[in-house]
Amino acid sequence: MEPNLASYLALSGILFTIGAVGVIFKRNAIGMFMCIELMLNAVNLTFVAFSRYYADTTGQLFVFMVMAVAACEAAVGLGIIISFFRNSQSVDVDDASLMRN
Amino acid sequence: MVGTALFFLFAGFAIMCAISMVYHKNPLYSAISLVGVFIALSCIYVTLAAPFIAAVQILIYAGAIMVLVVFVIMLLNLDDDRPLNRLRYLYAIGGGLGVVLLAQTLFVFYAVLRAPNQPIDPNVSAGKTLSIGQAMYTEYLLPVEIVGVLLMMAIIGSVMLARRLAQPQLELVIEREEELRNEEE
Repeated sequence: MEPNLASYLALSGILFTIGAVGVIFKRNAIGMFMCIELMLNAVNLTFVAFSRYYADTTGQLFVFMVMAVAACEAAVGLGIIISFFRNSQSVDVDDASLMRN
Repeated sequence: MVGTALFFLFAGFAIMCAISMVYHKNPLYSAISLVGVFIALSCIYVTLAAPFIAAVQILIYAGAIMVLVVFVIMLLNLDDDRPLNRLRYLYAIGGGLGVVLLAQTLFVFYAVLRAPNQPIDPNVSAGKTLSIGQAMYTEYLLPVEIVGVLLMMAIIGSVMLARRLAQPQLELVIEREEELRNEEE
């Protein structure tokens, strides 16, 4: 049995679910950030698999765009994490309760 | 046959690294596991005849983004992630939501696969760097330029975030108020 489109999509779904559950379980802002990167990668795998099976370049082009957006997200997100750490000496998202009440 | 073996090898490696990333409490172990996921996905892209995307995956994700993440982890000198001190049944709720999400995703993909099955073309040019570059600078020029603007905005935004705000120092304000009060007396 050669791997067909369904196997790539199943792998992508499993990776996306692990990333989503990780966002729920992690309390560390950097851990949540890495789980989001994992979800983006799962979507990229879907793009590449469809691009292969429908012989179209567009999917791979948009993988490139997703990577650029992920790089922007890394720069801005890590900047936010560092400035949050500077204020509260922690990257725990439960400590980010300045606006509560 | 070789393709099947390679797919299951790299898919298993990717899933195990992903689970290890969520499981480990130390953020540095999580980061190293995530690099494993990226490398496994890059190998899968090679088997999907997308060598350009595979190279870019290693360069941008494993090379740039993860170096940035590891740098921040080292800079902040983080200790281990504390366990959830909120209610313990949140673990069960999170796991249940994950199962529901997995079922939904696989169902949607199953519905997609009901479409007529296309035979795979063995000598496609879709993954070649030449065809990607041609599509990028002719048909999809506007999205590429929008991505350029987005990168510029991200650079400016991260510089603004990293800058220390020029706040007036509290001691100086208090001293000045005391001086004013003395002059009034």
